[in-house]
Amino acid sequence: MTEILQVVFDALSLGSLYALGALGIALIFGVMRLVNFAHGDTMAFCVFAMLWPSVDAAAIVFAGNLPAWLLIPFILAVGAGLSVLSEIIVFRRFRNTNPATMMIASFALGFVIRYFLLMLYSSRPKSIDLWSNLGLPVEILGARIPLLQVITIVTAIAILIALTFFLKRTRFGLEMRAAAENFTMARMLGVRANRVIMLAFALSGMLAAAVALILVTQTGTADIQMGGNIMLIAFIATVIGGLGSLPGAVFAGFLIGAIATVMQVVLPPEARPFRDAFVYAAVIATLIWRPNGIFMPKSAKQRV
Amino acid sequence: MTLLSVNDITVRYGRLTALRGASLTLNEGEILFVTGPNGAGKSTLMKAIAGVVKPVGGSIAFRGETISGRSPEDIARMGFSMVPEGREVFGSLTIEENLRLGIGMRADRDQAARDLEMVYSIFPVLLSRRHQHAGALSGGQQQMLVIGRALMAGPKLIAIDEPSLGLAPKVIDDVYQTLVKLRDTIGLTLLIVEQSATRAKLTGGRMILMRSGEVALEGDARELASSDALKQAYFGYGEHGK
Repeated sequence: MTEILQVVFDALSLGSLYALGALGIALIFGVMRLVNFAHGDTMAFCVFAMLWPSVDAAAIVFAGNLPAWLLIPFILAVGAGLSVLSEIIVFRRFRNTNPATMMIASFALGFVIRYFLLMLYSSRPKSIDLWSNLGLPVEILGARIPLLQVITIVTAIAILIALTFFLKRTRFGLEMRAAAENFTMARMLGVRANRVIMLAFALSGMLAAAVALILVTQTGTADIQMGGNIMLIAFIATVIGGLGSLPGAVFAGFLIGAIATVMQVVLPPEARPFRDAFVYAAVIATLIWRPNGIFMPKSAKQRV
Repeated sequence: MTLLSVNDITVRYGRLTALRGASLTLNEGEILFVTGPNGAGKSTLMKAIAGVVKPVGGSIAFRGETISGRSPEDIARMGFSMVPEGREVFGSLTIEENLRLGIGMRADRDQAARDLEMVYSIFPVLLSRRHQHAGALSGGQQQMLVIGRALMAGPKLIAIDEPSLGLAPKVIDDVYQTLVKLRDTIGLTLLIVEQSATRAKLTGGRMILMRSGEVALEGDARELASSDALKQAYFGYGEHGK
């Protein structure tokens, strides 16, 4: 029983990360038909924003020394700021080009951000001690669960509720949902394209920052590659969920988290190192079953 | 007073020329029907005015300001409300959310609330289903919704691409009655695309006939709709088949 509970918490906390990552990608895809591959590098940027630039192995913590109530808003602002700047400087110029062109531009931007970090901080992973006391376990129904896992899950749920409220109950949310479904029609009703897109980028950047904070607390290291893996899985989650569908992205994020965690437990020990092969086989199977994703959004039709 | 003037605009989609030097003027409080066969450029003309497609030549002025080259949202905010062809409802939004989208740019919230009531009184079916997703509506109900939504923006000029498409004759009558009433009461100006001239003949107003991206004929709707010239423009020969 306690073992099952442990697996459930592992699955939920891993799924939370994937779901938040996928949501950041799906939000932008919704309004712009852009898969932003720079999203993972935005996460890395947020982590390094806590450090003073140096090529030493030891991290010189700078903003990371702030108390949590200042550090969290600061990192969220960094994520939102970088993401909005990407829109203004790069993606705005590609707005009416085809999706493949935008995707390549996002890859390129990702490399620019990564090499910028490389220049300032070198490629050596640095260890950071951020809220390490969160690694201590708490006892829930007899199972010993790391506090950080509980916080990760609670944070993800809180973000999902807040975002749902924002999308369903506010004017901005209404405009974003309309723009995601039919951008041209929304504009003909006076919805300002630039404002909606910048807002989507800001939200996406904040989600990247939230994932970055959780990741760095979990791993205790800052690495310029750190966003790459989660970006890949988050992208897969948005595709499985149905590109453009926010509930789909969240659901698929949790699903992949659950599959990965369960496989880690049920696979025979000698197959465990190859777990990811099984996870991606499940991805292929899902896509054969549902080529447009589990939740096919109405807006999936081609846009004029 | 001239509300809208389209001067000699040309629109191309790639190598295809959809409009070649089309012009029209529309005075305040007027009803102008745009008719013509399939592919004559009627919808492209609407899209060009709305700012969705950019003309490569010519200019468009609305309320005395040049609007060609401006963004669709800017043009909408000047009081141009568009009902495009193909019932572009937001299917994942509720009916009320669809209607509320149009209010965003308005400062007069009280009037907007009254307009919402007005739209519901014109189309009672929308009121009874207002919390349902618009995607669940039938084609005719969706048409009512997009017309209602365009009215919610509190426009000076409303342009409707094929309002009678998919509506029952009784509902079409209601829609036209409402539109004409709005023209008479609040001075709404109407630009209506209809493929058939029948409705123009019944409603009256002015009419232009488009053919191959150009304005072929212009005149009083009732006179033009019953003339041989119209048939000639549609079919390429006169009624007596010479």
